[in-house]
Amino acid sequence: MFASFKARAESVSAEVHRFAGKPAALQFILSLLAKEGVSSAPGAHALWSSCRFLDGLDRASIAKDSGVRFEVTRELAATARVGISQVALGIADTGTLAMIATAVEERLVSSLPPIHVALLATAALVPDLATALKRLPPKDHACLSLITGPSRTADIERVLTIGVHGPGRLIIVCVDDL
Amino acid sequence: MRKEFRKSIEKAVADPILTGSLGRFSESYRVSRANAYAGVDFEAVRNRIAAAKGSAASHIEEVAAEFTRNATARGARVFRANSPEAVREYIVNLAAERGVKKIVKSKSMATEEIHLNKRLQEAGIEVKETDLGEWIIQLAGQRPSHMVMPAIHLTKEQVADLFSKEVGERLSSDIPRLVKIAREQLRPKFLEADLGITGANIAVAETGTLVLVTNEGNGRLVTTLPNIHVAVVGVEKLVEKLDDVVPILTALPRSATGQLLTSYVSFITGQTPNTDGSDKELHIILMDNHRTEMAADPRFKEALQCIRCASCLNVCPVYRLVGGHVFGKVYTGGIGTILTAWFDALKNAAEIQSLCIQCGNCKEVCPARIDIPALILEVRRRVVTERGLPFVQKAIFSVVNDRRMFHSMLRAASLAQKPFAKGGYIRHLPMFLGKLTNYRSLPAIAERPLRDTILELEQPEGLAEKAAIYAGCLIDFAYPQMGEQVVRILNKAGIEVIFPQGQTCCGAAARYSGAYEVAAQNAADNIKALLEQDVSYVVCACPTCTVALKKDFGDMLEAAGRKELIPQAQALAAKSVDFSTLVAKLVAEGRLTFKQGQDLGKLTYHDSCHFKRTLHAEKAPRELLTKAGGAISEMAEADMCCGMGGSYTLKMPKLSAPMLQRKLKNIEATGAATAVTDCPGCRMQIGGGFDSQGKSIQVKHTVELLADAFE
Repeated sequence: MFASFKARAESVSAEVHRFAGKPAALQFILSLLAKEGVSSAPGAHALWSSCRFLDGLDRASIAKDSGVRFEVTRELAATARVGISQVALGIADTGTLAMIATAVEERLVSSLPPIHVALLATAALVPDLATALKRLPPKDHACLSLITGPSRTADIERVLTIGVHGPGRLIIVCVDDL
Repeated sequence: MRKEFRKSIEKAVADPILTGSLGRFSESYRVSRANAYAGVDFEAVRNRIAAAKGSAASHIEEVAAEFTRNATARGARVFRANSPEAVREYIVNLAAERGVKKIVKSKSMATEEIHLNKRLQEAGIEVKETDLGEWIIQLAGQRPSHMVMPAIHLTKEQVADLFSKEVGERLSSDIPRLVKIAREQLRPKFLEADLGITGANIAVAETGTLVLVTNEGNGRLVTTLPNIHVAVVGVEKLVEKLDDVVPILTALPRSATGQLLTSYVSFITGQTPNTDGSDKELHIILMDNHRTEMAADPRFKEALQCIRCASCLNVCPVYRLVGGHVFGKVYTGGIGTILTAWFDALKNAAEIQSLCIQCGNCKEVCPARIDIPALILEVRRRVVTERGLPFVQKAIFSVVNDRRMFHSMLRAASLAQKPFAKGGYIRHLPMFLGKLTNYRSLPAIAERPLRDTILELEQPEGLAEKAAIYAGCLIDFAYPQMGEQVVRILNKAGIEVIFPQGQTCCGAAARYSGAYEVAAQNAADNIKALLEQDVSYVVCACPTCTVALKKDFGDMLEAAGRKELIPQAQALAAKSVDFSTLVAKLVAEGRLTFKQGQDLGKLTYHDSCHFKRTLHAEKAPRELLTKAGGAISEMAEADMCCGMGGSYTLKMPKLSAPMLQRKLKNIEATGAATAVTDCPGCRMQIGGGFDSQGKSIQVKHTVELLADAFE
């Protein structure tokens, strides 16, 4: 299922990475933030919305020198370079992420910044949309977002262009032990 | 036809930018759609959609009530609005009450339908479309020309001009740069807006959920950042069950843009928190605007199954020539013609319905299984019933309705054409008739029709089985030799062929013009003639006529209230068969044997619309031609209409001509010396096209190539 998910997600320009555990995934994210200048540029920041991945991790030490902030507000989201959140499920046959987006913080970090890093437990892959909707029934969640690749348009001369109003990069970080 | 309408067609066809980009799009769409559906059982998916949406359309009131109950329980305010005015006033009043100054919108055809922006701006409210295509259209002050890609008719240079004006700086036409400008310009608008307006692609009654399908991410921002969300939803977007969402989300992105899924799909069920901690005010307007009237109409109810994917535009040979603006209203293309007839008025569809050539491409790809060509024909019929036929057509059909007069006129025409006919073609007609021959030659009317020559045709004695041949006007009067070849081949299989002299025009001309009474009389005359003698088969070498015999006679009689003839129509339908299908059957039964060592050379095969999409008989001729020693080299778009369309070629020469040119180009590109088809009409159109260009490529009916193929 992971192979299919990865292939489908990459075919729509998402970036897919897989790690055995949280430490390696965290290392990857921190080095990504460094590379994107979030850690060094004055005033630059990434926003990380509260999620299970963060359980048991020391937020203060993550925030130190990385540019990561955990208090998600509209103003901070509008200026963040990177948004980080954990999604509920991955859908293998379309390379889609399914996110419980009722909390506004979830929507802010995944829609406003130019880069969205989505954490996904590798075990949370399901084969198709029908299964995903059974696992996450809309009656239990006021807002569900399915995300398949970065924001895109073909409205000018049908030329595919990535990154319109949503993130231009979608980086999916799969973690086996999560 | 009004002059302005004809002018708008001529202008569109003469616009190389428009026809070039739409032409290229239609070619690439075919490929991307096919790729997207790889591994998906399209028929099963569309059966599910048709069943789900058909059921919802049958119970609009109950489904709307259930949706209202469930969405209300989740804190939404649901308003049922019958008229566009009611929707507009609701939103304007809401905006006034809440002190709304700025609104952002994501793409919504429902709000385009009711011209909402204009009303909001009149009320002094700033409204920004945020979907890139819609924003472009808004800046240009135009209507969308396509349901999914509103600005497909504009070039990047035109977009750069529009954006330059907006930002007050000269911009280049670099597309990624233009997209970035849109992001930068609209981002503050999202953040400042007091209210967001969306449509919805699906509304689920059992949960009160709205489903929004987008690619750019503007939908998520519109529903997240402003504290008030208004969704304008046509009642046809309702489905009963959450399960119904799955087939729609399987088909919509695949059919619309060749995607497996769009970048974003949002399921919104009731109120969600705002960024200031308050609960979002969610207003859902269920808009009717004649939809329940449509649902109550037994023919047009089906159109409510539409999921607005626009694939009927993308495969339409006419849309790719004229684009959307010729349709004059918000909804364009095949389904747009039908929706305009209802949401606006039947009279506003009177002209645009004539754009349809009835090729059936849209019906084949429609993920909601809507018989769009049949519904357009029904619009045509109702227009004709309301207004009557144009005078010239009326005069023609009064002749067609009288077989003896019709046939004696054709005989007279055979003499009158003599000065213009040469080698079986009429190349130049004088004066006002000249426009009929300026892009393709017409076939000369034969000196003697098949109904005469067949009487002198000697058939072997003592053949055990009997078939009747139904010639159809073209074979009877222009190509009698094809009819004779049919007889010869069937004789070899031990079948005697009779020609019932009472047979007349199949009525397709009248039917496709909306004159059902005339068509029904044609049906009645033919049924009487063809059932007079007991025969095993009624064979026909014209697909349009075969469709009339096999499928349409019954419908025509029913529509004209002549139900007593329907059992006979069914008896005739059961015996009727097209030439190639019958011959393939006789070959399979061992009653016809191919001669050895024959070589027909390199061929290419053109699928006539009715032959492929109504009779589904396209395999038989290919097999027969191959067995007869032909090497088939498939052309691009083999099943795309050649532009003949019966009388379409006469009524819409400006559209028929470019369709023919494309067909000629595709045939030439195969390098085949002969193009084959099973339709005498296509043979006439394509053959006439090559003749007019002075090209030596032969165009033949399958029967002509098989004439000497059997022992």
